[in-house]
Amino acid sequence: MNGSENEKKKIQISIYRTDGKSGEYKDYEVPLEEGMVVLDAVRYVQEHIDTTLAIRWNCKAARCGSCAAEINNMPKLMCKTRIDSINGKIRVAPMGAFRGVADLVTDVSENYLINRQIPEFSPKEAKSPWVIKQMDVERTKEFRKCIECFLCQDVCHVIREHKAGYVGPRHIVKAASLDMHPMDNLDRSEFLNKEAGLGYCNITKCCQDVCPEGIKITDNAIIQEKERAVDRFYDPLFWVRRKKKG
Amino acid sequence: MVVYKSFESDILIIGAGGAGLRASLSALEHGKSINIVTKSLIGKAHTVMAEGGIAASVGDVDKEDNWTVHFADTIVEGVYIGNWRMAELLAKQAPERVYELERYGAVFDRTPEGKIMQRAFGGHTYRRLCHVGDKTGLEIIRTLEDKVLHTGAKMFDEVYITKLFLNEGRFAGALGLEMRSGEFVLFKAKALIISTGGCGRVYKVTSNSWESTGDGLALAYNAGAELMDMEMIQFHPTGMVWPQSAKGLLVTESVRGEGGILLNSKHERFMLKYSPEKKELDARDVVARSNYYEIMAGRGGPHGGVYLDISHKGRDFILKKLPGMYAQFKEFAGIDITKEAMEVAPTVHYQMGGIRVDPYTCATSVEGVFSAGEVASGLHGANRLGGNSLADILVFGKLAGEGAAKWTDGKQETDPDENEVNDEIKRVDGLLGGNGTNPYDLIDELTSVMQDHFGIVRNGNQMKEGIRMLDEIEKRSGAVMVRGGLKYNHGLLACLELQNMLVACKAIAISANMRGESRGAHTRSDFPKRSRKWKVNIVCKKDGNKLSTRNVEVEEIPAELAKYVKPEVYE
Repeated sequence: MNGSENEKKKIQISIYRTDGKSGEYKDYEVPLEEGMVVLDAVRYVQEHIDTTLAIRWNCKAARCGSCAAEINNMPKLMCKTRIDSINGKIRVAPMGAFRGVADLVTDVSENYLINRQIPEFSPKEAKSPWVIKQMDVERTKEFRKCIECFLCQDVCHVIREHKAGYVGPRHIVKAASLDMHPMDNLDRSEFLNKEAGLGYCNITKCCQDVCPEGIKITDNAIIQEKERAVDRFYDPLFWVRRKKKG
Repeated sequence: MVVYKSFESDILIIGAGGAGLRASLSALEHGKSINIVTKSLIGKAHTVMAEGGIAASVGDVDKEDNWTVHFADTIVEGVYIGNWRMAELLAKQAPERVYELERYGAVFDRTPEGKIMQRAFGGHTYRRLCHVGDKTGLEIIRTLEDKVLHTGAKMFDEVYITKLFLNEGRFAGALGLEMRSGEFVLFKAKALIISTGGCGRVYKVTSNSWESTGDGLALAYNAGAELMDMEMIQFHPTGMVWPQSAKGLLVTESVRGEGGILLNSKHERFMLKYSPEKKELDARDVVARSNYYEIMAGRGGPHGGVYLDISHKGRDFILKKLPGMYAQFKEFAGIDITKEAMEVAPTVHYQMGGIRVDPYTCATSVEGVFSAGEVASGLHGANRLGGNSLADILVFGKLAGEGAAKWTDGKQETDPDENEVNDEIKRVDGLLGGNGTNPYDLIDELTSVMQDHFGIVRNGNQMKEGIRMLDEIEKRSGAVMVRGGLKYNHGLLACLELQNMLVACKAIAISANMRGESRGAHTRSDFPKRSRKWKVNIVCKKDGNKLSTRNVEVEEIPAELAKYVKPEVYE
């Protein structure tokens, strides 16, 4: 039916090719399939046109977070971005906030080093089974949806432009998932405030706009953690005054 | 002179999914040094894809449940060729592994009393699957990942292991290619744990990730380890069929567990006919075959699937219990599952077979090599119950870590032969160059052969033809070659993976052709009945350049456990 029509249709895709140092966009022509996503097109190029194209992907079901890239300058998962959602030319580039390895592949290993520094889950009671209310599970559940695609890190202008001492949105979400765990015994606000550079975030909310899991990173994790830090370390009256001034 | 980096540890762990990570924790608890190697990034292993839950008879929802029922379910639904010792270990230890996971920081949905919420799943007598929404695998892998990262253990991600080296029959080391740098790395260790997952990508329509190419199977096989039950490939009853791009993508069994029903194009609830008692919640082999028969009889939908409908449960319920499925259909197919039925068909999901291991230590038939998780075999027999794989990776991951740790006690290191290492580096280098056969073309052919000749219903003629075609692909595979260098070259990996896929395919094909009966996931139109003669496990081993097989009797279940299990009946 539609198959034969689609087979005739081709799309143009422009992919950033780099050895990790310098690079340029190259154009490719790919046959269009029903329901095609950007990852399908990129894989087609890799498998049938140029096998040296470096790409990173794994589940192709928006569950593992491996195939993060910038599609027409927007940080997105390639497996979740349908070709028919894009008007005009398709340009795919690697995430700009990370060191380039090759083509669309970047080095995201710094994120695992940061993870090692976040104080880990510390249970209130050593013995289980525990009794926990579903309501309390719900408080932490949102943050636990994170698939570690690092798109939020990519879009964060503090990381991209200033390389300041801010660990980035993904890691605030991680800390929040632990702080709001009903059985956790720690308060990570001191760590977030002093070592993780939470103060550098000026709440532009770009991170929550790009989250493929729809986590309200700024509203529910960053702002909450900022308030906890403030409650703990600053005079509340001073804080209210400062907030009113903007 | 060939240059490579070298790292040493007591134990090397290949594969960082649930089994590998849980094994790592065990090994560390026993005071052993470890190196963990994974082909993908940390935290992306196939465990992340598990949706429905982890089977453990904690009895928080149905108080009648206990380990004896879980044990019996596992044996009966594995159609009596599963290893009873492994089933006993799993059933007894799964609850403690779940509580332990909570202590590591995992969060499960709760009952109104604040206990762990459990859902119904196919083939489980009671509601048994501890879960968090439909993202249980993500919760498990992230919890273990955090735990392992905080131990400071060395993790090498995006490193592809190409070969194992033995010294006088004992494991000595493994060669890896570090993808991001393009450098070779030799990992020396006293013991090895293989936890690399399955080989689902040898089929065309699969729910499996890029990495599931049977690498661990082939590494072990080439080192002389025995494989078992390789003909037992699980077809999950419900994979997406449309759009083409999403074909094969898993539709979680939780949809049926939460009340979803299967319908054909005449709006008949056909499971009432195939399985009047268990209906949609019969074991996966039964439901997958029923879906297949309906489709073959011309009662399928426009895209060659049957209908799975949960819309009667209402929008709020669906968004709460199945948020991942709602998003998946909305995004990939533009379908709102709170209003419409999903169109689904069987998709390759899991290998019940794999490396043959000792139930208690997870030792393979190669000295110093241990294995756990999907890549290992024995527990699931001819059919795996949903939720038993997450229990499997934790229970046997732990046992493999302990088994390997105890084995290394008092052992001295042994070195791989330098010449063998150099030869292996030359082999990999040799795949780079000018114009050879494109590995992806051969992988495309190979997956078609498996899909068409070793599918959900098999027959002798088709399988013999399939084996001939696999032999022919194997001959041509010697000519694969790709351009580019060693650094992040997926094409090069495809050349290496192709060889591993061929090992998996041949083991599946030869075992399937041998088993002259229908049992569990292995269905033959020319032998439609189950046969007492075939109450065996088919074991494969490398024999020169050939694959040799032998049949091993299934060990009888001792009387004190057999009393819990409905005896096997033959027609």
